[in-house]
Amino acid sequence: MTSPDRFDARPEVLRLEGVSLWLSGREILHDVGFSLRAGELTGLIGSNGAGKTTIFRVILGLETPSSGRVLFAGHPRPHRNRLIGYVPQSIGLDPDVPLRARDLVALGIDGDRFGIPLPSRGRRRLVDDMLEAVDAQAFADTRVGKLSGGELQRSLIAHALISQPRLLLLDEPLASLDIRSEQEVVGLLARIAREQQIAVLISAHEMNPLLPVMDRVVYVASGRAASGSTEEVVREDVLSALYGHHVDVLHLQDRILVVAGKDEGHHLELEREQHALPPRGLG
Amino acid sequence: MTGVSAILNGIFEPGLFTSEPVRVAVVVGGVVSLVSAVVGVFTVIRGQSFAGHSLGDLGTTGGSGAFLVGANPLWGFVAFALVGAGAMELFEARRPRQRDMATGIVLGAGLGIAALFLYLGTTRSNTTGATITILFGSMFVIRASMIPVFVLLSLSALAVVALLYRPLLLSAVSPDIAHARGVPVRTVGILYLLALAVAVSLSCVTIGAVLSTAVLIGPAAAALRLTKRPGLAITWAALIAVAVTWLGILLAYDSYYWPPARRGWPVSFFVVALVFVVYLLADLASRRKARRQSAHAVARREDRVGLPGDSDRTGPAGLGAR
Ligand SMILES: Nc1ncnc2c1ncn2[C@@H]1O[C@H](COP(=O)(O)OP(=O)(O)OP(=O)(O)O)[C@@H](O)[C@H]1O
Ligand SMILES: [Mg+2]
Repeated sequence: MTSPDRFDARPEVLRLEGVSLWLSGREILHDVGFSLRAGELTGLIGSNGAGKTTIFRVILGLETPSSGRVLFAGHPRPHRNRLIGYVPQSIGLDPDVPLRARDLVALGIDGDRFGIPLPSRGRRRLVDDMLEAVDAQAFADTRVGKLSGGELQRSLIAHALISQPRLLLLDEPLASLDIRSEQEVVGLLARIAREQQIAVLISAHEMNPLLPVMDRVVYVASGRAASGSTEEVVREDVLSALYGHHVDVLHLQDRILVVAGKDEGHHLELEREQHALPPRGLG
Repeated sequence: MTGVSAILNGIFEPGLFTSEPVRVAVVVGGVVSLVSAVVGVFTVIRGQSFAGHSLGDLGTTGGSGAFLVGANPLWGFVAFALVGAGAMELFEARRPRQRDMATGIVLGAGLGIAALFLYLGTTRSNTTGATITILFGSMFVIRASMIPVFVLLSLSALAVVALLYRPLLLSAVSPDIAHARGVPVRTVGILYLLALAVAVSLSCVTIGAVLSTAVLIGPAAAALRLTKRPGLAITWAALIAVAVTWLGILLAYDSYYWPPARRGWPVSFFVVALVFVVYLLADLASRRKARRQSAHAVARREDRVGLPGDSDRTGPAGLGAR
């Protein structure tokens, strides 16, 4: 898609070096390393339980790696960080919570501060601009608990972006979206990455929706990761080494199917489509 | 001044505004219910209603214990609710995501002791009046000298909630987001629980341990039906709480002339009954508003479809033309 030279011209925002993590006596992450650059959109691809959310938690400082380092623009993690915007996989929101989409976005400005915020025109304009940027004006005054999956996703993206982060982390933002909203959100995130020169990391269990916009991919399986451009990573030899057994990579028009049958590491989505294909090379 | 009180005396019972117990009740009851309601909005948002109720029951242990040793029950309520909050927090820290269980364990232990204290108190002093006061409260038996204590404790709970306003809202949206933004989520939770303990123990004294949940949760729940904005929800809850408390005092004073006994009905009964009525009204209002809004939306859509010559009209007619 793009030559490696172009990547290196962009400043590095985040680097993970040999990160391993043990939780409750299990190694959840093993020697995970990759880097994210400003203005780039990276896909963090892996099936359920692969370790995607855990990688986000390590980056956010919610888990401390058992070994390895996390570096922000070459420095160890600063203690408090507004430079990271985070959209979690799911938020269990009570429908009664008295917050409109615009209040949620406003909490992104200074929700970590103590005391009661004074309303100001500048604040309001900032929120309005951000709502417009993610195309959320139509539901700006709707209670957060009543938003649809896609509307909530946009509001959370606006919430994460309003503090002008250098790094935006989104955990499965496409999970609850229909195909149209999926394309809209993917397009929105790609635009944000380019225009605001933010490093964007998106996790997904399906890489196809991200293929058109993804600059790099970090492929995760059972706590191990391989990273690089799609061509470098999504190959039979690389993924077979990652999974520890043979994996088929099928190109179908502009879609890629990874058939990693056999163990618990296979993709649900792809397994379904597998039935339509001639059974070849399994195991 | 005299003109105003002459008019008021014409409407209300004579002596209402000159009676010292009523004046104390108006001040203490007003301040305490205001704080309870404000704290209660966050109790509802955070899903800690059970903890709020349990802190009241735990306060009973302290209140009845204090009565047994001849101390002011208020201190017993406050001390035990704070200790209870700390115990809940400790249990919860060891078993995260089992908040209700932690609350239940602490609650069970506390209530057992409360039962013993109340039993001892009743058998020793040979009056059931004290037990009734502890369980159901009475604003009319608070001494005027205690006003500053009530006001100070109320203000401190209010200050904690004002300080934690944004972190509390952010944690309600998602503790993970709050954590990632550098909010000390656990500390915020502990401080909030302590403010809740203070607010609940104050309303245990004014409204009674058994009924404190009603003033904590009721006005907040009604306010959340009326508005979707955080600041307004808090304002509504506070207004509702103060209004029902004052109205309750008025009715209780008036009820001295009511049948059957002409001895007056308990003020706590009136307040709690009014809270319930206000909640029902608020619920009704929000349902009607929702229905009106959806009717509007349908009407607008029909207007659009009905427009003659509308190029991108929807519905079967549009499909047939193609
Ligand atoms: N605190 C923990 N203690 C023990 N094991 C954990 C802990 N957190 C996560 N795990 C395990 O780590 C593995 C990776 O979990 P993670 O949530 O990162 O997966 P994921 O890739 O995000 O999956 P999904 O697509 O289902 O969200 C899982 O097997 C999970 O059970
Ligand atoms: Mg996950």
